[in-house]
Amino acid sequence: MAYDFKNSPVIDQVGIEERVARFNTRSIKKGSKVQALKLALNMIDLTTLEGKDTEGKVRQMCYKAIHPHIAMPGLPSTAAVCVYPTMVKTAKDALKGSSVKVASVSTAFPSGNSTMQIKLLDTKFALDNGADEIDMVISRGEFLKGNYNFVFDEIASIKELCKKYDTRLKVIFETGEISTLDNVRRASDIAIYAGADFIKTSTGKIGVAATMPVTLVMLDAIKDYYFKTGIMVGMKPAGGISAAKGALQYLVMLHETLGNAWLDNKWFRFGASSLANDLILQLEKEVRGVYFSKDYISVD
Amino acid sequence: MAKKEIKKLEYFTDWKYAPAPEATDHISLKKQYDLFINGKFVKPNSGKHFDTINPATEEHISSIAEANEKDVDSAVKAARGAYDKTWSKMPAKERAKYIYRIARLIQERARELSVIETLDGGKSIRESRDIDVPLAANHFFYYAGWADKLEYAFPNRNPKSLGVAGQVIPWNFPLLMAAWKIAPALATGNTVVLKPAETTSLTALKLAEIIQESGLPDGVVNIITGHGPVGASMVNHKDINKIAFTGSTGVGKWIQKAIAGTDKKLTLELGGKAANIIFEDAPINQAVEGIINGIFFNQGHVCCAGSRLFVQESVADEVIRKLKDRLETLIVGDPLDKNTDIGAINSKMQLNKINEYLKIGVNDGAEMYQSSCSIPKKGFFVRPTLFLNTSQSHRISQEEIFGPVLAVQTFRTIEEVIEKANNIPYGLSAGVWTDKGSRIFNMTSKLRAGVVWANTYNKFDPTSPFGGYKESGFGREGGLHGLMPYLKF
Repeated sequence: MAYDFKNSPVIDQVGIEERVARFNTRSIKKGSKVQALKLALNMIDLTTLEGKDTEGKVRQMCYKAIHPHIAMPGLPSTAAVCVYPTMVKTAKDALKGSSVKVASVSTAFPSGNSTMQIKLLDTKFALDNGADEIDMVISRGEFLKGNYNFVFDEIASIKELCKKYDTRLKVIFETGEISTLDNVRRASDIAIYAGADFIKTSTGKIGVAATMPVTLVMLDAIKDYYFKTGIMVGMKPAGGISAAKGALQYLVMLHETLGNAWLDNKWFRFGASSLANDLILQLEKEVRGVYFSKDYISVD
Repeated sequence: MAKKEIKKLEYFTDWKYAPAPEATDHISLKKQYDLFINGKFVKPNSGKHFDTINPATEEHISSIAEANEKDVDSAVKAARGAYDKTWSKMPAKERAKYIYRIARLIQERARELSVIETLDGGKSIRESRDIDVPLAANHFFYYAGWADKLEYAFPNRNPKSLGVAGQVIPWNFPLLMAAWKIAPALATGNTVVLKPAETTSLTALKLAEIIQESGLPDGVVNIITGHGPVGASMVNHKDINKIAFTGSTGVGKWIQKAIAGTDKKLTLELGGKAANIIFEDAPINQAVEGIINGIFFNQGHVCCAGSRLFVQESVADEVIRKLKDRLETLIVGDPLDKNTDIGAINSKMQLNKINEYLKIGVNDGAEMYQSSCSIPKKGFFVRPTLFLNTSQSHRISQEEIFGPVLAVQTFRTIEEVIEKANNIPYGLSAGVWTDKGSRIFNMTSKLRAGVVWANTYNKFDPTSPFGGYKESGFGREGGLHGLMPYLKF
């Protein structure tokens, strides 16, 4: 599909911030709040991406992903766990029989500074170990140099590989590094046209992670593409979303930008590690009417 | 690749927001309100009171005094007395303290004022809470600062107050318009007789209570209520030095005739039919958002509403599709609900007028498109409406509807859009959406409108002057310019 990424739509930052502020005035209460808290829990990619990760840690997190809070029956599991390629096998075993998927970061996560050959091998390793989803990073250096075709091609190559395994591909921009909203829009267009199934804000490894303005620009790109082609693309803000209130604001924005069709973990994920427990805390509060000690909620 | 069927997006079906009404138990309203003259609430000479209702439910809220000529006269006498005896003699920095105190009291009672504004006028609580009331307080704060600096504002021109100002305000921003009028008048050393609109008197009367509480000397501000004839007797009163009016162009013209040959000073802030112009290079998604807010803010009851959209033909299909889509996410309903975007139409009369224009638009062959939202059975509501395929010659493109109705036209070149944007008897405001800075400056110098917003719309600030060209009136309110109509040099 011919598309000149230099001509991606321009973004007015002030306008984006005002729109976000409007979403944040929505008041979500009672039944609609409980529904949204559960939905958010079901949209989490429970994540551990640390140098000190071990099989033990990953197994514990996987159990948490399936059983977020045993004291409250009927809670959904999280959507997926997100781990390094070397942990995919462990996670896959630990999640056997559940609906929780295994997402693996790849392509020399988090910097993406490696050769295409290694990025493909990295991805293939994760896929061979059974990863259900791949979270790749783009080459931000090439992007900032204006080599948009390079970025397009690397995404397309990884996508080609994922297709063979029937695995969905998420593309991480590291929006904190590409900095402007115009760039975020351009990166979104590149990734979407190159075949991304999901676009994702951040690695969680630098100071500036997901923000609502950045996410709104990406949702708008998804919407524009949908109205051109009828094809749905997913969205994953990652990093920095740890409070239930913030998650609900994201859901309001998602809902009022892309509508009901996207209110499903097939199309929206939160990349987060501590969000789950705050959602549980708020759900308990809705049931009990008071907050209770965090010691009643398991940490894994 | 086979093209997939592109379905319209659906909103609010699987996840409905539970009602989130603002509480009303914290407000205090009297059953009946009298006239505020010389620092006290006094019975009207007519002995009559009229009902004020909640336009969202059509329920009675309170009764308001109907003033007559005698009441106007005693209000003007009170204002004259206060001017002669205290206010004109008071050191300017002391005047400032009172204005500042009023601002603080508005802030302290912001929640109550917001709820009353919404109950009485039908606007959404989000707007009265986030826009009307804070802006009203800010106007008092801002003009409090000017009170003792008039010599610096107008160096070597020896600014002097006028005397008694008669001020008549509309129903679309009741408290805010009162603030726009009263704050600069007091800062410049004038005394005031103010008449709010008959459908929305309550927050002005609450402001009267605040003024009492502030300890402002009796008679400096007088607030009298009633229908049109009350305003007329103010205009015709011999001892008023200045008339400030915000409202319809028809009444504005009448006022100007009525005071011809007198030495009354006059400012008029009248109707509008603003052009909001989208160029093909604009940030389209944000422009669409701005168009939506430009016309649907306060149910379209805004004199500077962006009620005419001009969209460049190369992006027209995209913009119109996006407008239609965005219409579906506007929540119309109970104004007290914190999630409501569009509240109730202010009065039955206005509702009828808007509905009449909808008929005219359809009969004249424009294509009407409305949100599919349901609207409450009781109360005065209109679905947000677009008219597509309109031309400059349509009545809906020429006349001020003062409702949530947007007339959409397309254009090809910059010359064409400038000509069409200016081709209207009004000239209050305009909006330009483009990514190109030079084009913004080109447009602002060629559009004959008092305010031109670039890549934004409906932004108000006390430091910024506001007012019109042509049939939109004259004189400026806000900013340093807003002091001038209340001074002689």
